[in-house]
Amino acid sequence: MGDSVSEDRERPTPERVLTFAARSQLLSADDVMRALRRMGHEIVERNHDPESISVVGLQTGGVGFANRIAQILFEITGSQISLGVLDVSFYRDDLSSNPAPPSALTRIDHDLTDRTVIVVDDVLFTGRTVRAALNALSDWGRPAAVELAVMVDRGHREFPIRPDFVGKNLPTARDEAIVANLDGVWIGSKEAR
Amino acid sequence: MIDSIRGCSLLTLNDMSCAAITEVLDTAESFVEVNRRAIKKVPALKGRVVASLFFEESTRTRLSFEAAAKRLSADVLSLAVASSSMKKGESLRDTIATIEALGIDAVVMRHKSSGAAAQVEGFVPNVRVINAGDGQHQHPTQGLLDAFTVRQVLAERLGVIGSETGSSLFEGLNVLIVGDIRHSRVARSDVAAYVALGASVRVAAPGTLLPVDIDAWPVSVVEDFDEAIEWADVVGLLRLQHERGTGSFVPSLGEFTFTHGLTWERARRLKSGALIMHPGPMNRGVEVDSRVADLDAAIINRQVENGVPIRMAVLYLCIVGAAKGEVQ
Repeated sequence: MGDSVSEDRERPTPERVLTFAARSQLLSADDVMRALRRMGHEIVERNHDPESISVVGLQTGGVGFANRIAQILFEITGSQISLGVLDVSFYRDDLSSNPAPPSALTRIDHDLTDRTVIVVDDVLFTGRTVRAALNALSDWGRPAAVELAVMVDRGHREFPIRPDFVGKNLPTARDEAIVANLDGVWIGSKEAR
Repeated sequence: MIDSIRGCSLLTLNDMSCAAITEVLDTAESFVEVNRRAIKKVPALKGRVVASLFFEESTRTRLSFEAAAKRLSADVLSLAVASSSMKKGESLRDTIATIEALGIDAVVMRHKSSGAAAQVEGFVPNVRVINAGDGQHQHPTQGLLDAFTVRQVLAERLGVIGSETGSSLFEGLNVLIVGDIRHSRVARSDVAAYVALGASVRVAAPGTLLPVDIDAWPVSVVEDFDEAIEWADVVGLLRLQHERGTGSFVPSLGEFTFTHGLTWERARRLKSGALIMHPGPMNRGVEVDSRVADLDAAIINRQVENGVPIRMAVLYLCIVGAAKGEVQ
């Protein structure tokens, strides 16, 4: 892994396997780490009570980032941060036209009522995943506030949703594809195999 | 071989590949989590309509199908057959046509005649038909939930989640199915599920309660239940079905219990860690000793509990997949 993109990164969808063909790497693993640290500080700056923060990563791309952000928040504040993972497949509004992704697990073991929930995802695009996540979260109580942290904001929103904490703003064309994980951020295209 | 039930009717587990069954079990795993939430409902099937047609009595299956549909936010129409126009002599075909005209997405159906669900599927090509038991033929969701329960319990012992294991826990697993194989749709679905997942399956029954086509089944027949009991990792018991005339196939219930009941003495000879299953409703004292049914090894309540997530998974895959298929 590391900085190399010699191999194609696969993001399988149930209908057809799309291969991600990377064109160029935009952030290295170090850049991603620096951005996460900055986001961690911004989160602490905005939320004074770390005890009331719950970090929720969206399956599957947001989980790695959420774990790292929770760890960074722990390093900054010294308090243990509640962590959860959420799979929004059952809440999507495009279940019928979009292939339902393979079901990943949801694990939120605490009531979110009166907590500040930081939703973490890898790439913010149309905003539909976040909308689904907002609906889903309401089933775990009534959070005091929900804030959104994403590694990459690539534009093209279809909902009035904006992120609170952004790793990198990245203007893209609609047909481009972005892959973001702890090893870096790549831009390229999706090709059906 | 069917590799996925997405967008399809679910009539039988025969011809299902390991991948198709594993997909249902993995999806059910997500729904187990939904059933543990304070708000046990997701909007996945909002605006879809599921009709439940039970032409034969049922407690568990009907309740869990309806609970499953409601937890997916589908609307449920349930036809009380006894007070429907079928009592006036309306045919099955006309009843189904009425239901189709109401614009439903899926029918969950139980009927006393084998093949009834397949016949209904032929009447209404645009409606997904989910077989909830047809005569002596199949009871697919029971087979799926039995396999799911076994996987869940074995995975728990390893400290992992079932979906992380795929079908690996079934390799080398010895499943013994005992009792009224002849009349049992559960046995047929169980055998199909376990065999597809890679378990080795044996059946034990008095000769009169073996089906005539048993040679064509992918199982071996055990003459002596007592011999096989030490071989089994899972013992699947079946209900003696009085309503299908089982009584006349055995000399007496006492003799059946003596040769093929899971008595206390037999249960003590089970491997340690072996699982005891029963699809319910149990005839305590006939196919299973009442004390045995209450052992920790008897995971009968787990089976009932898993009825809802498995049926949520089946409804979800059959119905949501449907629209996808049309788009493609």
